[in-house]
Amino acid sequence: MVLIIYLLAFTGGFVIMSLELLGGRVLAPYFGSSIYVWGSIITVFMLSLAIGYLIGGKWSVRRPSLQRFGSIFLVGAVLMYPLVLFAEPTMQWIFEWVDDPRYGSLLASTLLFMVPTVILGMISPYSVRLLVETVEHAGQVAGRLYFVSTLGSSMGTLATSFYFVLHFEINNILIALTAALVVMFVTATICHRLGLGEARRQ
Amino acid sequence: MRPTLRLIAAMVGLLGIGFATTGWGKILHEERSLYSRIMVKQSGSILCLQFNVRSEQRNQSCIDIRQPRAMVFSYTRMSMSALLFNPNPQNILVIGLGGGTLPTAFNELFPNAHIDAVEIDAAVVKVAEQFFDFKSNEQLHVHTRDARVWTKRALSKPRRYDLIVLDAFNGEYIPEHLMTREYLQETKQLLTANGTLVANTFSISNLYDHESATYADVFGNFINFRLPESGNRVVIVPGTAVDDATLQQRASALLPRLRPYAVPIKRYTRMLIKDRKQRPDWRTDARILTDQFAPANLLQGR
Repeated sequence: MVLIIYLLAFTGGFVIMSLELLGGRVLAPYFGSSIYVWGSIITVFMLSLAIGYLIGGKWSVRRPSLQRFGSIFLVGAVLMYPLVLFAEPTMQWIFEWVDDPRYGSLLASTLLFMVPTVILGMISPYSVRLLVETVEHAGQVAGRLYFVSTLGSSMGTLATSFYFVLHFEINNILIALTAALVVMFVTATICHRLGLGEARRQ
Repeated sequence: MRPTLRLIAAMVGLLGIGFATTGWGKILHEERSLYSRIMVKQSGSILCLQFNVRSEQRNQSCIDIRQPRAMVFSYTRMSMSALLFNPNPQNILVIGLGGGTLPTAFNELFPNAHIDAVEIDAAVVKVAEQFFDFKSNEQLHVHTRDARVWTKRALSKPRRYDLIVLDAFNGEYIPEHLMTREYLQETKQLLTANGTLVANTFSISNLYDHESATYADVFGNFINFRLPESGNRVVIVPGTAVDDATLQQRASALLPRLRPYAVPIKRYTRMLIKDRKQRPDWRTDARILTDQFAPANLLQGR
């Protein structure tokens, strides 16, 4: 059970950073790849994660379970997939309405990446809730979780920028990330059904 | 000048380029801009604009201040042979400013033509004005924008170009969104029906295959203009089919006008006529670069 939660947190971190790097690629044809495009992307991801942390923490208070935890991944996948279909028309529309590529890229990153990233941001606080058993170990558990999910983020960054873009199309990478989230949802559901996911109550 | 003197002068000039492009020479200006490290160096009468540290020849722009119009680098001279296919362009687009050599030459040769030059780095524009005597005017406009963004905007405007020069890669880092099928398609849409496109591109490394295959995908047959003595490769997409005899006629007409720029147009024409009968010397099955697949920098290193 503990290992499953760490695996899910790792995958969450991996997907977030992979998505962020691909974001630069998605925006470049319309807004260039200048420093302000990266500024827009990082701003939106940080802001979205911040909101996700709040919502995830709040949501973990009542009836926490592995099943509910897994559903975050399913919702994340469902909200991420439209990028493959609608990124082009959305950016075209923004491009026509916003002349300044700084605000264009900020608006585009908001519309394209904010919602799925908010959802993925819920993973960390929710996994802390599932793992913490006693107050005295709360810090240690949170530390381990940050370790695992940030390790996932660094691996997602490296794999995407060094290898994925060299071999695969952006959309195929996005589809694979979506699939990874769905697999995490299925894994969590199966473990929950097997009774591994009894929420620990204090 | 007597031939021997001329030869000596030419050799001194070459030595100057050699010094200016290596560690030698005097640094007149150095700055780190948002996009690259810019350096202006002088060695003898040769003044060079250099990007980054480990720069090769192709990454920079040089002038000889004794003959400021003479084009120092072969790829710049080679680009001028696009005029063989459009001897009198009315609307010219140059992507990538450098020292401003090409836009300035076009402005002098065709004072009535509308010229747009697009350069991402405001610092490069400033350096071109300050050290390379580049001046915009009523006909010659400089736009400080990302070329991809500028091109997309230009598509919704009425102006189309009968000559487009792509010369955007001036550092070691390649802006990957400017080396994709989609970018070339957008640029193609900016051409008039008889418009000619010329691109200074990569001639070495694995990227040569991918880039050539991408150009072939968008433009079909193009002239793969190479010189035996230089590593440069210039892609020319002629707007109209021009037979060999007409090319030679045009070269003769252009010769006196291009003399101040040191463009050996007659020799280039002979090479071009040979080159356009060549079969592709790249791997035609190389994967095409697209917005979805654009690892140009990674491919270059392979």
